[in-house]
Amino acid sequence: MAFLSLKGVCKGYGVGDKRTDVLDNIDLEVSRGELVAIVGYSGAGKTTLISMIAGLIAPDRGTLTLDGRPITGPGRDRGVVFQNYSLLPWMTTRDNVLLAVEQRMPDAPREARLAEADRFLAMVNLSAARDKRPRELSGGMRQRVSLARALALDPEVLLLDEPLGALDALTRATLQGELERLCAGGDNGPGKVADQISGKTAGKTVVLITNDVDEGILLADRIIPLSHGPRATLGPAVRVDIERPRDRKTLQHDPRWKRIRNQVIEYLLGPGSRGGRAHVVAAADNVVPFRSPVTAAANRGAA
Amino acid sequence: MSSSSPSPSPSSSSSSSSPSSAIWRGRAQTGLLPLAGVVLMLILWAISSKTWSRNLPSPGKTWEVSKPYLTAPLAKRGELDQGIGRFAWYSLWLVAKGYAIALLVGTPLGFMLGRSRLFAKSFDPIIQVLRPVSPLAWLPLGLVLFEKSQPAALFTIAICAMWPTVLNTALGVRAIPQDYLNVARVLQLSRSKTFFKILLPATLPYMFTGFRLSLGIAWLVIVAVEMLTGSPGIGGFLWQEYNSLIYEHIILCILTIGVVGFLLDRAMNAVEQRLRAT
Repeated sequence: MAFLSLKGVCKGYGVGDKRTDVLDNIDLEVSRGELVAIVGYSGAGKTTLISMIAGLIAPDRGTLTLDGRPITGPGRDRGVVFQNYSLLPWMTTRDNVLLAVEQRMPDAPREARLAEADRFLAMVNLSAARDKRPRELSGGMRQRVSLARALALDPEVLLLDEPLGALDALTRATLQGELERLCAGGDNGPGKVADQISGKTAGKTVVLITNDVDEGILLADRIIPLSHGPRATLGPAVRVDIERPRDRKTLQHDPRWKRIRNQVIEYLLGPGSRGGRAHVVAAADNVVPFRSPVTAAANRGAA
Repeated sequence: MSSSSPSPSPSSSSSSSSPSSAIWRGRAQTGLLPLAGVVLMLILWAISSKTWSRNLPSPGKTWEVSKPYLTAPLAKRGELDQGIGRFAWYSLWLVAKGYAIALLVGTPLGFMLGRSRLFAKSFDPIIQVLRPVSPLAWLPLGLVLFEKSQPAALFTIAICAMWPTVLNTALGVRAIPQDYLNVARVLQLSRSKTFFKILLPATLPYMFTGFRLSLGIAWLVIVAVEMLTGSPGIGGFLWQEYNSLIYEHIILCILTIGVVGFLLDRAMNAVEQRLRAT
């Protein structure tokens, strides 16, 4: 049985005529230690999906289970990195992380907790910004704090809701590298080389929500496209059978990368994903950043 | 300047004179214009006392009669004859007590209104009805309830001053971004931790706006309360001097009340700004 499992999950908002079904019949199985990327359009309901796994909202229909137990609310077994960082502005960077550490080890002496918070800040390369407040940090640094806070909870599942969505392309690339180092180090996900990274966070089960197919290929064991909303649903999963560590520069010339990319994009643009075709193509430029002329040509050939 | 080389000096002097003249204009506007306003007011006052209102003491006479109260502000010559500073102190002390009650009752009430939809639905109409009631109306009820003037005064100050605190706190609680509350839920913070680490800090700027407005009202109310109860203080003194036909002191009291109120507001404003900065 899958570690994290969603069966026939539906969620809509509003009542009567104003009702919109956001997600329809979502089935998802994630095994322990696997990193799954869900790629989809803005507004397709990606955040709704992750909020349900986090236990922040309840589904209208269907079941969600984690390790065999139904998800009924938030839990310390699931750490969330929110799209907009959600750091508490009145606390220093360290205090923000400490909040999670305190929840995990409430009986530990203060020095031990501080040391633990510092350890996680070091993990995301933010030791120098320990006593700064969130507004003094750049977007990329804020997202690192947010990641450190989620990791400090030492959860079994890490839920990343478009963690890099609000960042510029360069910062995004750097942080993708960090994410790969911190989250994608498991050893039972298919396609992973067993002894790549032996950090403490390695081997976590991760659900990554993104609107960037390349980001998904770089980080995930499996990519699952989410169709256009309303009534969005998950498309066929594409396995990323590229060994780690993956180098974003050489990756672009890998035929497997092109194949995976085309498969995902084909679904997102195709009839399986609802929505007017012309409209979707226009939107696809926002969804899938073309990294080089070569990939653009490859994509055009596929579409 | 004139002895230096002729060609650059005109250009440099003209360029340096225009910003300095702007500075002087700025200084004149911040310093001189308020002064001009005061002088104009004094002239109008003097003319009024000479023409249409013979009972109104002139500015000069007011100054003469008020002088002993101002120059020895803390003197105590008798129960009803004390320096203006001493009277103001009595009033401030009473305000402080009533204000403290207002905050202690108003802040939790605001939190409950902001957090609980049920509570807000039940009590919002009552609050909207009670809020505009004048201190003059509350005081007799306070006297009925407590039978003594001092607690009745505190009751009146507290119940009149607490509304801005209640409403602003509730507003602040409702304005807390859902993101922060999600953090609390995801981390599974306890109720008390959620309150002290998230709700309270997120609401603090709103709360302090309420505190500042409440203090202004408390200071407004104190004069009315003292006049009605005859307790010693700036309002009591004002009413007593009216009855003793010493009209100069009425003006002295009004100005003192105004200055003290202004200073209180400035002080609270400074605290508020500091709070917003962090």
